[in-house]
Amino acid sequence: MSERDGRHPLFMPAILVGGVVFGFGLGLSEMYQPEVVLRFLQLTDFGLLLVMGGASVVAGTAFAVMSATGGSAPLTGKQFGKRVKSMDKNVVLGGGIFGVGWGVSGICPGAAYASLGVGNVTILYAIAGMFVGAYVQGYVRSSSSATQATEEPA
Amino acid sequence: MVVETLFPNGWLHYLIGGLLIGTGTVVIYLSTGITAGASTFLESTLSYVSDQSRFQQYRFRATRDWRVVFTLGIVLGGAIYGLTLGEFGWTTDVQWWRLLAGGVLVGIGTRVGKGCTSGHGVCGVGSLSETSLLNVATFVGIAIGTAQIVAALGVSP
Repeated sequence: MSERDGRHPLFMPAILVGGVVFGFGLGLSEMYQPEVVLRFLQLTDFGLLLVMGGASVVAGTAFAVMSATGGSAPLTGKQFGKRVKSMDKNVVLGGGIFGVGWGVSGICPGAAYASLGVGNVTILYAIAGMFVGAYVQGYVRSSSSATQATEEPA
Repeated sequence: MVVETLFPNGWLHYLIGGLLIGTGTVVIYLSTGITAGASTFLESTLSYVSDQSRFQQYRFRATRDWRVVFTLGIVLGGAIYGLTLGEFGWTTDVQWWRLLAGGVLVGIGTRVGKGCTSGHGVCGVGSLSETSLLNVATFVGIAIGTAQIVAALGVSP
């Protein structure tokens, strides 16, 4: 699909509505407060398990039911499936690095965006940090793939 | 008694909040077939400003506009919560250097590990994807250990 042409007129509104409900849920569940996440990680309040469990059951049920129908999405024609990412050592390496960052700060991407919406301007430190981290990662990967390309035998 | 021990600040808002997070994911999925995560926004948005080959991949360029809309929706949803049931203008007491340093590691880790708490934790776990279950088990375990060490060092808040 090209970037704008051919998209259903309701595509962006559907994404926006989904994002709003998602963000409201992050508000109601208090995941926008790093303090609440840190209380889970310090094992004094297990609310986060209910949040992630409740969310994944709802999402997973929809994925399973719709995948089984073999149908496709009305606004894109994309066939219904599940989220499947390939397995390699980066899954554990990345999870480990993310875990250290989550344990230090109590923030993750979606919750940080919702936190900004609640008016928590201090969270901009975290969002700025995430962009720096993503840039560093992308810079390193761009360089290493360029190196590999030049090192390949003719 | 057990409930009060595990959930000293109540449990219902956590569960309803989680169900709404899942519902937001389902709204997007049922209409578009996309299983969205929140962290790819970082890379796809960098494609607007960086010509590094990593960010200029088709999968980031082709999705960057709706990922901006998704993220603005999350911000708006947080604002609606803050203005209705919540406390708009609430700010965290967690120190800025923890947020910044943690943010950098979160930015690297989610991109190396192909997802975050929403992509792997909600969509991937919901899909019973082995990749996501391994990623979530790793980051939850490491994060608990890290948070315990940070607390033991006396860093608070």
